[in-house]
Amino acid sequence: MQKEVVRLEHVRKVYPMGGEQVVALDDVDLTLAQGDFVAVMGPSGSGKSTLMHVIGLLDRPTSGRYLFNGQDVSKLGADDLADLRSHRLGFVFQSYNLLPRTTALENVELPMVYAGVPESERHRRALAALEIVGVPNMAQHISNQMSGGQQQRVAIARALVNDPTLILADEPTGALDTKSSDDVMRLFARLNAERGMTILLVTHEPDVGRRAKRIVTFRDGRIVADAPTEDPSKTVAV
Amino acid sequence: MTILTLLMIAWEEIVRNRVRSLLTMLGMIIGVAAVVITISIGVGARTAISAQITGLGSNLVIVIPGSVNLNGVRTGTGAASSLTPADGLALAKLPHVAAASPGVGMRTQVIAGSSNWSTTVLGAAPTYTYIREWHMASGSFFTDADVAASAKVCVMGQTVADNLFAHGVSPVGKTILIRNVPFAVIGTLARRGQSAGGQDQDDTIIMPYTSAMQRLTGNTFVNAIAVSADEERFIPLVQSEVVQLLEQRHQIVGTMPDDFDVRNLEDIANAASASATTMEFLLAGVAIVSLVVGGIGIMNIMLVSVTERTREIGLRIAVGARASSILAQFLIEALVLSGVGGLIGVVLGVAAAAAVAIFGHWPMVVPAAGVVLAFTFSALTGVFFGYYPASKAAHLNPIEALRFE
Repeated sequence: MQKEVVRLEHVRKVYPMGGEQVVALDDVDLTLAQGDFVAVMGPSGSGKSTLMHVIGLLDRPTSGRYLFNGQDVSKLGADDLADLRSHRLGFVFQSYNLLPRTTALENVELPMVYAGVPESERHRRALAALEIVGVPNMAQHISNQMSGGQQQRVAIARALVNDPTLILADEPTGALDTKSSDDVMRLFARLNAERGMTILLVTHEPDVGRRAKRIVTFRDGRIVADAPTEDPSKTVAV
Repeated sequence: MTILTLLMIAWEEIVRNRVRSLLTMLGMIIGVAAVVITISIGVGARTAISAQITGLGSNLVIVIPGSVNLNGVRTGTGAASSLTPADGLALAKLPHVAAASPGVGMRTQVIAGSSNWSTTVLGAAPTYTYIREWHMASGSFFTDADVAASAKVCVMGQTVADNLFAHGVSPVGKTILIRNVPFAVIGTLARRGQSAGGQDQDDTIIMPYTSAMQRLTGNTFVNAIAVSADEERFIPLVQSEVVQLLEQRHQIVGTMPDDFDVRNLEDIANAASASATTMEFLLAGVAIVSLVVGGIGIMNIMLVSVTERTREIGLRIAVGARASSILAQFLIEALVLSGVGGLIGVVLGVAAAAAVAIFGHWPMVVPAAGVVLAFTFSALTGVFFGYYPASKAAHLNPIEALRFE
């Protein structure tokens, strides 16, 4: 049995909207083991983004227990959560969220700034991360002058630069064309296969979901299916 | 997160938005420059005024004769013949009086060889140079022995010397004729320039008051007695002592009006500096308003900046920034904006103060304390007005921030 990275027990998330209580997560149990590559799928409003925010320590469950790396995080303070995000989590977003007018290198260095990594090491590690995601020669490019695929690669480099336990990707291919989308998914598969990185990605594109090793399907805040991908050969087709 | 890292982040952000940063700083620049100019003008004007006042003499109290009533016609102050040299000697013995000098003045023609010149001849005591803080350019001042002997000696100001003697010829040792009485010139006075009233102070001849009275005017009264208090704080005391002693000597009792008048140069100085103070308050008001407006400008831009950078803030929180780091980042950004603005303001203010000083003919004074005060105040304004936007940024919900369009 591999080490558990994430363990959600009876997690419920309710938030008010327009005078009503919206149940975003309803009694969710989910476990991610180290090395997992999971795609969370489901229609919009099914609770997959909320799940990502709860797992990503950006939001707290209304009730239930959340163990991250075996640690109960529900009682941690805001600063401890920030430190966990800094050292243990990497985020990839649909809209890349690179800092504007900033070089790729500086963007990748950003998480290390908050993790307190010394400048010289930041530099070295950021370059290494850009190398891993396949854009080693774009270090000095300004973020808004790169293509979508390139920006997302830089964003992935930023997510993995602190060597996190878990990478959370929210619709990482949502803004990309088919070719770039394919490249990004290959990159995730490679990071998972070669580096054993645990990856959780949220998507509503079945083609993208199939590239993961396991698919968790959400509907109305509940997990309605949780199964390995039918054709695992696709995940290893790197 | 070290302060240095935060400073770097803030600085990069400021440089990245050069125009916006400069516009934000403008309020601070104007505010601080206004404060520096205000302080500098205020202190400069005050220095100029006090230099003019001290030029009249140190801790000076002047006694002049009062008015007289001649058959119902009242003369102005100074017309009475009530003060005597003996009054002067008595006043000199009062406690806290450093020196007292009777003064006898007249305007008359003086002749030296083939040159002649109309000037003011003043009879005074040897302490006169001390009272007026006047130094000798050459030769020496007359002494008590000269006073006792009503000696025919005098010293002259530079203007008189220039007009009676050729350039390069020392007047010392020469003899001049004043109302046909020969006087030996024993010294020349250092150049003093114009008085506060615009008179040429160097256009004068000074001799023992006894000589002036006995050999020139034939009067037994003096025109004034200059009294010098030993310390500035004793001026009011000396003033009342003088009044008391003179009333006693002149047998003035009850409701009888004084036949003399005592004047204090401080009163003149105070009136002059009161107008400077009014101007300072006015300018300080303007300066404070500009600083506050500058601060509000910084708050405005910071608020816009926080809104504009909502996603960036969300991202920073997501990659592990603590709320305190975000708060510090924006606070430091406000601080750097106002600080750099303040620095530029100080430079501009000093330059403007120098220009005003040249234009206003007063010494250029930029007190370091004032500059530090203005700069500190600008930085504090930045922190004060930067806090609200910074706290807004620090407490953004990262999920909403990341979704912000």
